[in-house]
Amino acid sequence: MSDLFAVVMLSGIYSLISASLFLDLDAVDVAFTEASVGAGISTLLMLASLKLVSRYQKKTRYKPILAFFVVVTTGAMLIYGTLDMPHFGTADAPVHTHVAPRYLNESMGEIGVPNVVTSVLASYRGYDTLGETLVIFTAGIGVMALLMVSKQTKQESKKLIPADMQQQIILRIVAKMMIPLILMFALYVQFHGDYGPGGGFQAGVIFAAGIILYTMLFGLSTSQEVFKATTIELFTAAGVLLYGGVGVVCMLLGGNFLDYDFLKHDPVHGQHLGILLVELGVGITVASVMMIIFFKFTWRTVKHKYKK
Amino acid sequence: MELVLDIISWIFLVTGCFFCLTGAVGLLRFPDFFSRIHAASITDTLGAGLILIGLMFQSGGWGLVMPKLVLILLFSLLASTTASHAIAKAALKSGLKPEVSSADEPSEGESSSKL
Repeated sequence: MSDLFAVVMLSGIYSLISASLFLDLDAVDVAFTEASVGAGISTLLMLASLKLVSRYQKKTRYKPILAFFVVVTTGAMLIYGTLDMPHFGTADAPVHTHVAPRYLNESMGEIGVPNVVTSVLASYRGYDTLGETLVIFTAGIGVMALLMVSKQTKQESKKLIPADMQQQIILRIVAKMMIPLILMFALYVQFHGDYGPGGGFQAGVIFAAGIILYTMLFGLSTSQEVFKATTIELFTAAGVLLYGGVGVVCMLLGGNFLDYDFLKHDPVHGQHLGILLVELGVGITVASVMMIIFFKFTWRTVKHKYKK
Repeated sequence: MELVLDIISWIFLVTGCFFCLTGAVGLLRFPDFFSRIHAASITDTLGAGLILIGLMFQSGGWGLVMPKLVLILLFSLLASTTASHAIAKAALKSGLKPEVSSADEPSEGESSSKL
């Protein structure tokens, strides 16, 4: 398939279907993440990058036999690997006997958060989540380094650049009605993550999606009056710093790194505070990295258009 | 009372399912892009909307479920219609003309004779 637009759309549909599969398996948090990250923002970012490159794939002059061979061999080996795994849903699988029962049984007493997924993600497995946040942070830095915006373009950016969709009145009006609701929903997902499905990752992505929608309809310069490039760049680091800072504070108060029990006199209250702060850090980083990536892509497009 | 609510709810649910079905048939059978997108947007608005209204009757009073369903209904009415509009407009802008049947289209001879 050489039409890349269709490829992007198909991958979005694939994400949405797998999100409903996760929902069917009762993994609501994972389904939520898949729907917002996989189907939502990554499709959007891929469309933004399609705007930079051309829509159709270049014709290859060689037959990619070697690549095909590598893919088939790797796939066959992976499938062979799954043969050793316990059958789906077996009671004595390591997943069900190792740490999961302890998390499920002790979480309410130790952490006191109704949504066990959040307590596992932010407290028991806090190191892993810190790593994931750092991965996103690194991705943001990578995009910033690759698509550097020169001083001259920054000067040009002071002029008001009209959005491509300036003419779309219906879209603009509906978006004006929806964007506040989208941002509010993002905050709800952020702060309600302890009690229902949701958390920093989903909230950050939804928040960024609202801002990106605004940027597409009302122009980059309008949205950058509020979300200045330098400010977002600071926020990217601030989120990770908040996460790591909570860990360091725990150490200073006498516990281990990211051991929230020591944040307050009561361990359960300490856990609550720690999870809230850590999720906030994740949300800030994810939202600002997504916005940065989209803004940089859009800058690139605008630069090409106005250079000519 | 319960029975009446159930009957109303099922009427809405079945009508909604009917519209979903017609939307799917139309999506497959209609001749060109614009009539197809019309069929597809019926699935979103009438089909899903009526099913949501039917579910509201099932939700059992003014609990937490009812407002959520109302919000979903409002959101889907706003978002899906706008999306269909945007897609149709994008298609029109990129040069896809609606297919007009030969009966509606005034041919050369007819238009000149009427004039």
